[in-house]
Amino acid sequence: MATTADHFQAPDRTGADDHHGHADHDHKPGFFARWFMSTNHKDIGTMYLIFAIIAGIVGGAVSGVMRAELMHPGIQYLGAVAELFGSDPSDFNATLHMWNVLITAHGLIMVFFMVMPAIIGGFGNWFVPIMIGAPDMAFPRMNNISFWLTVAGFISLMCSAFVPGGLGNGAGTGWTVYAPLSTYGSTGPSVDFGIFALHLAGAGSIMGAINFITTIFNMRAPGMTMHKMPLFVWSVLVTAFLLLLALPVLAAAITMLLTDRNFGTTFFDPAGGGDPVLYQHLFWFFGHPEVYIMILPGFGIISQIVSTFSKKPVFGYLGMAYAMVAIGVVGFIVWAHHMYTTGLSVDTKMYFTAATMVIAVPTGVKIFSWIATMWGGSLEFKSPMVWSLGFIFLFTVGGVTGVVLANGGVDDVLHDTYYVVAHFHYVLSLGAVTALFAGFFYWFPKMSGRMHSEFLSHLQFWVFFVGVNMIFFPMHFLGLQGMPRRYPDFTGAYAYWNEIATIGYMIMAVSLVIWFVNIIYAFTFGKKAEGNYWGEGATTLEWTLSSPPPFHQFETLPVIEDKGHH
Amino acid sequence: MKSGNNVRAASRGITNLGKALGLSLALAMLPQVAPAAASPMPAFSTPAAEAPGAQAPVAADKGAGAVEAAGNALNNEGPTAAGGYTPMTPTPGVGMPVDKGIGLQTQYSPLGEYGHWLHDKVLLPIITVICLLVLALLVFIIVRYNRRANPVASKTSHNTVLEVVWTLVPVLILIGIAVPSIDLLAKQFKPAPAKALTIKVTGNQWFWTYSYPDNGEFEVNSYMLNEPGQPVINAGVREVGTQPWDGPAQLEVDNRMVVPAGEPIRLQITAADVIHSFAIPSLWFKLDAVPGRINEKVLFVEKPGVYYGQCSELCGVKHGYMPIAVEALPRDQYNAWVLSQAGGVIDGQKPAAEEAAASDNASEAVPAVETTAAPAA
Repeated sequence: MATTADHFQAPDRTGADDHHGHADHDHKPGFFARWFMSTNHKDIGTMYLIFAIIAGIVGGAVSGVMRAELMHPGIQYLGAVAELFGSDPSDFNATLHMWNVLITAHGLIMVFFMVMPAIIGGFGNWFVPIMIGAPDMAFPRMNNISFWLTVAGFISLMCSAFVPGGLGNGAGTGWTVYAPLSTYGSTGPSVDFGIFALHLAGAGSIMGAINFITTIFNMRAPGMTMHKMPLFVWSVLVTAFLLLLALPVLAAAITMLLTDRNFGTTFFDPAGGGDPVLYQHLFWFFGHPEVYIMILPGFGIISQIVSTFSKKPVFGYLGMAYAMVAIGVVGFIVWAHHMYTTGLSVDTKMYFTAATMVIAVPTGVKIFSWIATMWGGSLEFKSPMVWSLGFIFLFTVGGVTGVVLANGGVDDVLHDTYYVVAHFHYVLSLGAVTALFAGFFYWFPKMSGRMHSEFLSHLQFWVFFVGVNMIFFPMHFLGLQGMPRRYPDFTGAYAYWNEIATIGYMIMAVSLVIWFVNIIYAFTFGKKAEGNYWGEGATTLEWTLSSPPPFHQFETLPVIEDKGHH
Repeated sequence: MKSGNNVRAASRGITNLGKALGLSLALAMLPQVAPAAASPMPAFSTPAAEAPGAQAPVAADKGAGAVEAAGNALNNEGPTAAGGYTPMTPTPGVGMPVDKGIGLQTQYSPLGEYGHWLHDKVLLPIITVICLLVLALLVFIIVRYNRRANPVASKTSHNTVLEVVWTLVPVLILIGIAVPSIDLLAKQFKPAPAKALTIKVTGNQWFWTYSYPDNGEFEVNSYMLNEPGQPVINAGVREVGTQPWDGPAQLEVDNRMVVPAGEPIRLQITAADVIHSFAIPSLWFKLDAVPGRINEKVLFVEKPGVYYGQCSELCGVKHGYMPIAVEALPRDQYNAWVLSQAGGVIDGQKPAAEEAAASDNASEAVPAVETTAAPAA
């Protein structure tokens, strides 16, 4: 049994998929009704994935502009980019404002419109119902609203780039939207558009979270107890709770920003008795769980893949599930480690230092359990497995620098430097995104019915691995040397590693080209995928269905037989 | 904080209060430039950096004496050694990043040395070993348990002892890290002795203001020097490299924050508009400048030198262009520098010569802080 508890046995329908009865009875609605009024979890999942790819291209292009600008000291390209968005190129302030717009857009797009839609909306929608033996999500129409609210949020964010936001067009507040830079520090409607984008995406995510929780609690097939659920389902369940508890706090914080900006309130303005640091507490009470929201489903994906290609059940299933629960719980009480330099008291800093380091324990349990899962296995290095091995190593590197940053006394020198940028890109860009690619190659043939090229997937992995390490590893050096974040320009001493990082970006970009070629290959020349194309190690319920699965699966619920032995 | 509070109260409700404030503070810093102070410009259409632009010509009109008295002498191309103060020439590699550097900057404060030790001798070895351990295990598994080497997978899925061990060992490692880490935190919060010199740091869009309440409440504005061949960041400020004591581009400023070396200094940090962060990597110092709050922390510089830092909290368009340069001098040279500033006094005693020379300026310079609210209101 892959990543379900090892006494769980799914009915073996492998091989029967070509003759799977449901497919013939599918009545799919017409194009508009199917894609714009969808109530089908697989179609909505597909739309989430396509949307995330589009948003990822936009966010990735933004980072390309940033890396180009940072390749050499001085300002080279920002003026031309600012002109593109309607600013006067001779106005140097508008040029510099463009930089802040880029860093803001990159952060918001990648967090809210790339990673979250892909990993929760995409893979979560596609595989949570199937893995628990459910025909669909609990609230199919709400599922559709969740998706379209996310799209509307993205459009609002794009609009913000073309309207004034201070000394130039666009919101230049950073993805954290700290007051008072985001209140009286940014005049014009741009920041309001940005806040509205977060409101819309947040509302969509809250509805998605309610949907997942309800689905997982109420729609498991007979015999599928909580402790038999695949770990990916566990990861989405924990993530959904984090979303449900964290996003309303963000909504409150940015609503207060809106009223401070437009209606004369002073929640975050000391001139009226408010406090800018209050905003940071509210933001990071959301923001820290948010980073676990992005990575936990990745943990789930990696657990499925490692188990499948080791042909072994996941080692320490219960420990793995409850490690995620522990990460989720502790993730709510460590927020102020993002605020060590704001002037917290010594006791506060000591508490948050200790609490933050605690998170390393359940995270370590996960890393060691993956290794123990592979130990004694019969490993097959198919593309998802190679990406997963890459994930485990890269996430470890990102995790240990997190332990360094957890120390409030050390953070005094590293806070807001490139060391932090390196840290969170190792856990997110090299962690969550690597997990996304692993999941993509694991499930792409299942979703599309076409096999991708294993050669191109492996090639993409190695090019990506070299590229992203070249981008982000030197950033540790820059941060230790003191280079601050969010700078469009730097002193000569930082030039060398910045140039290396930009060359790394170019290599990474090539890996994405390989990926797109692979997708095109799959849809044109790709072999038809069988129901269980990964073979004996793949044992969760999606492998009992055809590839792609029927439009409606499990019209007769599968019964999970309990072998009942530990 | 009094100037900040006054201004903030006076300009409540003004949308672009932040910028107006920065500008008015800048103007307040130019006591003898009152005529040039002109009208406070609508902030978002006019860079706050107009201020130093206005200042230079006026200072020149008044001649060398006035320039020195203003304490803004570095804005001028001319020599500034009169008054006994010549800015220190920084030592390459000290107090600044080094080319292709990969580690922490060399530290010049006791806490910095402790922190440097904690990072280099405790944290870095531990995290390196953990990464290498995980990598070694992965490589071993790939070699030993691939399909060819191990065709039949085991079905082991539990080992309670193992699971307890890999939970408890990280706990012990973390406790080992926490002990020195908490100790460092406790030391960082040791307050300055009552008699310590107080210097107030105010972050503005996009320059720093240093005021010396123990030395006659004079204030110094500090702007980044422009870079040859690049667009002008601060109008009226000279280009980097035009004086022999100039440090690296992007880091050097017109007026450094001068402090005495070898004694604890009480830094009180606040902001006039949005949040900034006062950071000097080689002194292990970073503390946010938050409007409406005063953050306090001890700065201790072990030996004379120039130590560079940069604003470390996103504060608007020129966030990347408001560096910090701390010049630590032996106490006697620091005193000499103080006396070269308009209104500068040591222990409340104003030297007779200075008193006469600066009486004009001082009478305006000190109350100027109180009148800051006027233009903004």
